[in-house]
Amino acid sequence: MKMITAVLKPFKLDEVREALSAIGVQGITVAEVKGFGRQKGHTELYRGAEYVIDFLPKVKIDVAMPDELVDRAVEAIQMSARTGKIGDGKIFVYDLEQVVRIRTGETGNEAL
Amino acid sequence: MPAYRTALAAARSVGDRTFALRGAVVRAAAAAAALVSAAPAFAAPEPAKGDVAWITVATLLVVMMTIPGLALFYGGMVRAKNMLSVLMQVLVVFALVVVLWTVYGYSLAFGGDGLFYGDFSKLFLAGVGADATAATFSKGVVLPELSFVAFQATFAGITCALIVGAFAERARFGAVLVFSAFWFTFSYLPIAHAVWYWAGPDAITDAASLDAVTAGAGFLWQRGALDFAGGTVVHINAGVAGLVGAYVIGKRIGYGRESMAPHSLVSTMIGASLLWVGWFGFNAGSNLEANAGAALAFANTLIATAAATLSWTFGEWWFKGRPSMLGAASGAVAGLVAITPACGFVGPIGAIFIGLVAGLVCLWGVNGLKRWLDVDDALDVFGVHAVGGIVGALLTGVFAAPALGGVGVYDYVANATSSEYSIVGQVWVQLQAVLLTIAWSAVVAFVGFQAIKHTMGLRVAEDEERQGLDIVAHGETAYHR
Repeated sequence: MKMITAVLKPFKLDEVREALSAIGVQGITVAEVKGFGRQKGHTELYRGAEYVIDFLPKVKIDVAMPDELVDRAVEAIQMSARTGKIGDGKIFVYDLEQVVRIRTGETGNEAL
Repeated sequence: MPAYRTALAAARSVGDRTFALRGAVVRAAAAAAALVSAAPAFAAPEPAKGDVAWITVATLLVVMMTIPGLALFYGGMVRAKNMLSVLMQVLVVFALVVVLWTVYGYSLAFGGDGLFYGDFSKLFLAGVGADATAATFSKGVVLPELSFVAFQATFAGITCALIVGAFAERARFGAVLVFSAFWFTFSYLPIAHAVWYWAGPDAITDAASLDAVTAGAGFLWQRGALDFAGGTVVHINAGVAGLVGAYVIGKRIGYGRESMAPHSLVSTMIGASLLWVGWFGFNAGSNLEANAGAALAFANTLIATAAATLSWTFGEWWFKGRPSMLGAASGAVAGLVAITPACGFVGPIGAIFIGLVAGLVCLWGVNGLKRWLDVDDALDVFGVHAVGGIVGALLTGVFAAPALGGVGVYDYVANATSSEYSIVGQVWVQLQAVLLTIAWSAVVAFVGFQAIKHTMGLRVAEDEERQGLDIVAHGETAYHR
């Protein structure tokens, strides 16, 4: 089992979700985060006070899946989240040790 | 209210018919009162219904200016963790000062003759019953004294509430209350008395009585300072006190390094709009009567503010690259401040000029001047209110001139507008009033803040400031995420 974490541009969330759904990945956790890599921030001005805002709003998704789906999932995310401009984000793949469905107690692949 | 030998000549000439009509109403009302009640053969003037209705509404508008106008204007500009502390300080300072005004403030400001203070003759509003009357600027025209007491109470309240913006986000609540009571007593009351107190127009019948009234009037009134609704009494007074407070209390932790961006400019805009609408009561209500003088003050309040909004907006667009919402709202407030001393004296084109200048000068006041002063005046009380008040006070001396569309100086002995008006002379008088107000307020504020700093403490602890005043001082959170 693997956990895929991806940091995306917020407006790409719906496209990514649909792309994952199309390859059979159910279930996703979404968080609103902020961060930066190479993308530049912006300046805000309030009367005489100027602030350089480095952090940009992003969306982070966590998706757990069986090993067989990982390659297609990574490809699906990349195809749907890409705009070609700096700031598109990154995909991280982790090993997932255990998964438990809370309601039934199922574990492993049955819980995915 | 503005105590001035000069009055609303334009109002008188346009309003002579109004005055004659009201005089008839007054006489008719007095006659009716004499018939109905066993009154003495000589009937004293009675308040006119239209005037009472207007001053009542004007008072309501000024209350609204403070709560929620000023509260939201200020509150939106601080960080979310301090929103409630600002709302609280504005509301409670207002309430405190209204009570103190009722108990002793009115008496000390308007109770009787004196250079800087009246007397205790109206302590606890003694003698100010339902039938007591207060003078206006027209002979033979009165208001219920309680209406005047209430109207003035709101002025005192908002002036003290203005100050809290300067040391927002780090002052102890108790210290704010103690300081407000102290400064109200030793700076607001004497400046209000000095600028606005006189015995009223009915006492002036000839040169000798004019001299007598002048001798008993407030120190700046005697010199002929023009301040229709409180440019010196309210805005310069409060702005200077705020700057001193910000200086004594010190900069906020992280000032200049961390983001202290406003958490809700939506609130700030709503607050600024309520301030603008309410200010019509502040300015036009200061005319005391519902006549052409009120119309002039009303129109100027609309026009100058619009001009200042534009000049700040375009100024910021030019110098900073983009026009901001906070800038537009601040420009409006700057225009309102500047037209406050001028509104009953200048013409509409003078008002445009005053607004345009105030918008640009206050834009500088919150940028270049603020950087030069190097004081963390958190909500720019000095940059907008003191600077705007100074601009307005000085330009009042210029644009009150009949040659520039103003109403000139009224002669209560001749009962007509004086034909003489010296711009240079009047601006010099205005400057004296400005300088005295700055010096007086600064000294009183400095003494007050230092005394509190070295006794009960002025500032919260560092970790409390980090946590936010809402939770630390008030046990509440404004927004639950």
